Amino acid sequence: MSWRERGFVTLEEISEFIPSEEYLRRHPIPIIECVEEIPCTPCYEICPTKAIQMEDLNAIPRLDPEKCTGCLLCAQICPGLAIFPTHFHKEGFARVYIPYEFLPVPKVGDRVQVLNREGKPVGEGTVFFVLQREKSLGDTVLVGVEVPREIAFEARHIRVMNR
Amino acid sequence: MSLRIEDHPLLDFSDKRKKPVKFYFNDREYKGYEGEPIAVALYANGVKKLSESPVKHRSRGLFCAIGKCASCRVVVNGIPNIRACQEPVREGLKVRSSKGLEKLEIKESSPPRISRPEEIETEILIIGAGPAGAIAAIKAADMGAKVLLVDYASRIGGQLIKQTHKFFGWRKYYAGYRGIKIAKILEEEIRKRANIEVWLNSPVVGYYEGNIFAVLKDKRKIVYVKPKKVIIAPGAVERFAIFENNDLPGIMGAGGAQTLMNVWGVKPGERVLVVGSGNVGLIVSYQMAQAGIEVKAIVEALPYIGGYFVHAAKVRRLGIPILTKHTIIRAEGTESVKKAIIAEIDEKWRPIPGTEKEFIVDAIIVAVGMYPDTTLTRMMGITHKFVKELGGFVPLRKRTLETTREGVYIAGDVSCIEEASTALMEGIIAGINAAKSLGYNNPVLENEAQEAIKDLEKFRSGPRYAHIKRALENVII
Repeated sequence: MSWRERGFVTLEEISEFIPSEEYLRRHPIPIIECVEEIPCTPCYEICPTKAIQMEDLNAIPRLDPEKCTGCLLCAQICPGLAIFPTHFHKEGFARVYIPYEFLPVPKVGDRVQVLNREGKPVGEGTVFFVLQREKSLGDTVLVGVEVPREIAFEARHIRVMNR
Repeated sequence: MSLRIEDHPLLDFSDKRKKPVKFYFNDREYKGYEGEPIAVALYANGVKKLSESPVKHRSRGLFCAIGKCASCRVVVNGIPNIRACQEPVREGLKVRSSKGLEKLEIKESSPPRISRPEEIETEILIIGAGPAGAIAAIKAADMGAKVLLVDYASRIGGQLIKQTHKFFGWRKYYAGYRGIKIAKILEEEIRKRANIEVWLNSPVVGYYEGNIFAVLKDKRKIVYVKPKKVIIAPGAVERFAIFENNDLPGIMGAGGAQTLMNVWGVKPGERVLVVGSGNVGLIVSYQMAQAGIEVKAIVEALPYIGGYFVHAAKVRRLGIPILTKHTIIRAEGTESVKKAIIAEIDEKWRPIPGTEKEFIVDAIIVAVGMYPDTTLTRMMGITHKFVKELGGFVPLRKRTLETTREGVYIAGDVSCIEEASTALMEGIIAGINAAKSLGYNNPVLENEAQEAIKDLEKFRSGPRYAHIKRALENVII
């Protein structure tokens, strides 16, 4: 069984797209979960430092973490909402940026339930950053959530808990 | 209970709910908003059964919601066979169910006077103001041609007006923009150009000798349009899935569901099942979740998910299951759908006994593909060919998109079921080439058309569209 049957990727399937810890510690680094060759290039076109590379329109985007500045533009524009910038900002925790197109839009400081690629709760996190639609280059809200390090690569959706 | 969407993460429906009106359906009073279609207002009130079939008196309701099928016919102020998805509600309107063949009540004692309709000429007539037709109009106008753009719908943008997701492809073809935004950009560009005349609410209802198109302008008055060149961009029609009781109200096409919820802000149901995991099925599921609807599952007969992985990942992370190797075998309900029964299928696509599962739902959304709307191109005597990969019967065409009839071009889904991005590329090609054939020249634009031909090749060279690229060779002349 692969992502084509499941509709989500396993960590093994995207291991090659996860930059090394050295880069993850620097600043937010996009984890690009775009494993299928489809005709799509906005992330490549928008990247100001050409850190995202594509051989042709249908190629899978590849990140050169050395060139990435952590600007988050790719995660805002991606039509597939498939880019999750991740930052190992302090021991034991990680900051994950999630494209989010649901209501309610969380506020900084909100505790949220963190869901994995199958929509199953895997823990809780704290919202530290919200980029509103109007400010987002791709018209998609980007929510930054601080989560325990062990679920950094699992956190793919959030549910706002009662305020 | 109202099915109206109050809060939505991307859409605001307040401009469509400005003036409340009262109208009647089968003598009962209902509230709606001025301008919204009868079927939408009734659906919002929970009225899903609109009419009955003539022979077996089975319940009939909304299916396509864009005037392409006739499932929603009702009698409006005594006039039979009115599509409830197209006719707006207004104060005091009297609507009733259709119960078979209706009597045509002519009130005048003498037949209406028939006079010859006004006849006008135009350089390029473009039929269909979706992405293909709209961009064709822009490009042809920029070449210098005088363009008349007609559409039966009330807005420019075709089905883009209900596409809230962001589009794929290149930035120059609006990748990264939501469909609703692309529709707005196209409309603004069209309004800027003085040499494009737009007739909305104006279906093409006839085609006659001498290259004359009968257009029902503003749905009131027939005008004969005699163009020098024509671009036909009518789009596609939704396919239906075959299962027991598939005609129950509450079972509708994915496009119908999108029109209902994304154009008019009315939920197709509270708990739904989606049939088909192609891009449309995945997108409509995600959009229903955004509207606050519970999507129970997506069923897919194939052993794998049909649509893009990224679209599938978006619905899976919401916890929506995609059940591959499953099919819907039956719907239950009398006036509207109450239950969906699905089952696993074997490699010969037969349901495996004992694997049935039941879902309590109030809507079933069918997303099993589309076919090109060739009603007009067939009527015009253009040569067609059946090519399964392209969606069915499609017109033969040159690379410039000119058909077997000189001066008649096609663009968009009528040429092959594909994407809005490819519809835009085709619109550019058809628009520029049609204008060029009239003698207009513009090296920059002509180069753009050449680029679009190359871009289409590139778009179709990946694994997703390679079968289309191969199949197209069968229809290129």
